[in-house]
Amino acid sequence: MTVVTEAKPTSAKSASDEIAVEIINMNKWYGTFHVLRDIDLTVRRGERIVIAGPSGSGKSTMIRCINRLEEHQSGKIIVDGTELTSDLKNIDKIRSEVGMCFQHFNLFPHLTILENCTLAPMHVRGIPKKEAEATAMHFLEKVKIPDQALKYPGMLSGGQQQRVAIARSLCMRPRIMLFDEPTSALDPEMIKEVLDTMVELAEEGMTMLCVTHEMGFARQVADRVIFMDQGQIVEQNEPEEFFNNPRSERTKLFLSQILGH
Amino acid sequence: MSNLDAETVQFVRETMIPPSAPPGRETGAVKWMRENLFSSWFNVIMTLLAIWFIWHFFVPMIPWFVNGVWNADSLRECREILDGRTGGCFAVLSERWKQLLFGFYPQTEYWRPILMFIWLAVAAAPIMFDNLPRKLLIATAIYPFAMVWLIWGGSIWGVLSVAAGFGLGYVAFKFADRKLEGLIPLLVGLAVAVVWWLFLRGPVAGGLQSILPFGLPSVGSRELGGFLICLIIGVSGIALSLPIGIILALGRISNLPLVKMICVGFIEFIRGVPLITLLFVASLLLNYFLPPKVTFDLVLRVIVMVTLFSSAYLAEVIRGGLAALPKGQYEAADALGLSYWQAQRLIIMPQALKISIPGIVNSFIGLFMDTSLVMFIGIFDMLGLAKAIRANTAWIGIYWELYIFIGLVFWVCCFGMSQYSQWLERKLRTDHH
Repeated sequence: MTVVTEAKPTSAKSASDEIAVEIINMNKWYGTFHVLRDIDLTVRRGERIVIAGPSGSGKSTMIRCINRLEEHQSGKIIVDGTELTSDLKNIDKIRSEVGMCFQHFNLFPHLTILENCTLAPMHVRGIPKKEAEATAMHFLEKVKIPDQALKYPGMLSGGQQQRVAIARSLCMRPRIMLFDEPTSALDPEMIKEVLDTMVELAEEGMTMLCVTHEMGFARQVADRVIFMDQGQIVEQNEPEEFFNNPRSERTKLFLSQILGH
Repeated sequence: MSNLDAETVQFVRETMIPPSAPPGRETGAVKWMRENLFSSWFNVIMTLLAIWFIWHFFVPMIPWFVNGVWNADSLRECREILDGRTGGCFAVLSERWKQLLFGFYPQTEYWRPILMFIWLAVAAAPIMFDNLPRKLLIATAIYPFAMVWLIWGGSIWGVLSVAAGFGLGYVAFKFADRKLEGLIPLLVGLAVAVVWWLFLRGPVAGGLQSILPFGLPSVGSRELGGFLICLIIGVSGIALSLPIGIILALGRISNLPLVKMICVGFIEFIRGVPLITLLFVASLLLNYFLPPKVTFDLVLRVIVMVTLFSSAYLAEVIRGGLAALPKGQYEAADALGLSYWQAQRLIIMPQALKISIPGIVNSFIGLFMDTSLVMFIGIFDMLGLAKAIRANTAWIGIYWELYIFIGLVFWVCCFGMSQYSQWLERKLRTDHH
């Protein structure tokens, strides 16, 4: 595993020595198919990590293991000092600390935007309705759609829905955010508005793990880019080095395909 | 290419054209008929056939309704009044409509079922329409007990002591919930309630009745009948089978093998047996299996069977709704840290039930009509009463008038349910307004 010694100037002040997520020798199988092989990854608090790789390489599966949407079969995952086991209490605790945004937003279509944002704080954290609504409006303003609060998700554009999904996660005041291809289902016009929101979040020092194909985003905000193929971490490095001087042949091939046009 | 051309090619729009109204369509009856009835040769033929059919079959019925006799004491008297003309003998309805509605319920106590009908409307309203004041739900909560007391009568302490069992169970649950975890508080609550019902309820209710006697004249289950019994069984079945159906549907897709096995076994068993068989079991066989001296009221047994029957079908309908939900909804609920039951209550069920509304209402309508099967186990519902009325010498030979009336009563109820469900579906649409 490559240890990053020279961090970018922006990360030097934000990333601390405190460890947010630690994955040690983790393996996962779907039936007999070995999806994740010997994954080792340490994420420090405040670090922004972009995970890239061809489809089917296990990037999504890996970050979904971090909040136990997928179960790993061997190895350890430690989030915020708590190890993920089949103990339901730990799982719920970790899930309420880790926010997640999905490729298809997964907003709740039967609830208004505001109700989407207040639901978990009220029922998981037990925050009173008034306070939860105030927090929700704060984050909806942050993602620049407070005027849509009383509409239903189905009436919003894809980009707006994804920004609501980000706000919904932030309402739980998570310490870590996971993004699972947040812009892959969006029209090109809407990708920018979502990326802008994510950049703003990164600048505030949120610990982020993003699976994305947006290499411009990776260059701009990532402290580290991780390249995965066939269920393994092939290469990880800071973005400048990663893009300008890739080490492995597989990475070179991938970059030539993704940046080549 | 001239300069002029070059200028026309470079084009920048300065004002956007506002959206305009769609072109006005020709309207009017002639236009509609031409489009819908006579648009092609095939349609012309079908239209003419339909007109002939209506003329031939429905028009001759008009005098039968118009000439109908409403005041007579027997079918013979009807025929004398009609004097050979075509006409229905609706006098049977004006003479017997009370019986068709209330069965053999004592005439002096008719106010009780009438009050029950009104109370039912008040109790159902806040569940059906969420813009009504929530305080009305109190009437809904009291309704099951009030209904039992109003219809069957007897000491009020009997019903109150049963209700107290729920209250005690709830208090025990709340108390245990503070100290214990998981399912244990629920079991504690249940145990307290059961102990109360089995051992303490009887003596306490008896004692209270001897100190403070208050009650209504008792009416036996054998005296119930007509539309009243249909409504009691139908409403109880509908209200009880929905929650049981939801639990069964969740059980069937559960990861716990034992829970899954029990639910699948129950659903498949019930769906493999005709309702009439279950009703015969309720009316005849159950007495053999129960210990001697333990007797359940016949109507109660029928309600239990109808509920079990309907809940198995509902479970499958709701399972279909659950399967139609995208996996992302479960994942989003999980990722936010909601527990299984929170996710079910707040995210999954509201959507799954909404998807299943047509199927659920279909089951409810089926259940409501199936209540007429109780005729075969000796309960005089409307059909049973019709048979009895036709056996009376005064009305021997009457046929259409009774069955059209009964059909109409069923149709009004079922059409009402159907209309409500369609309104609900429209109201719950959230994609675009």
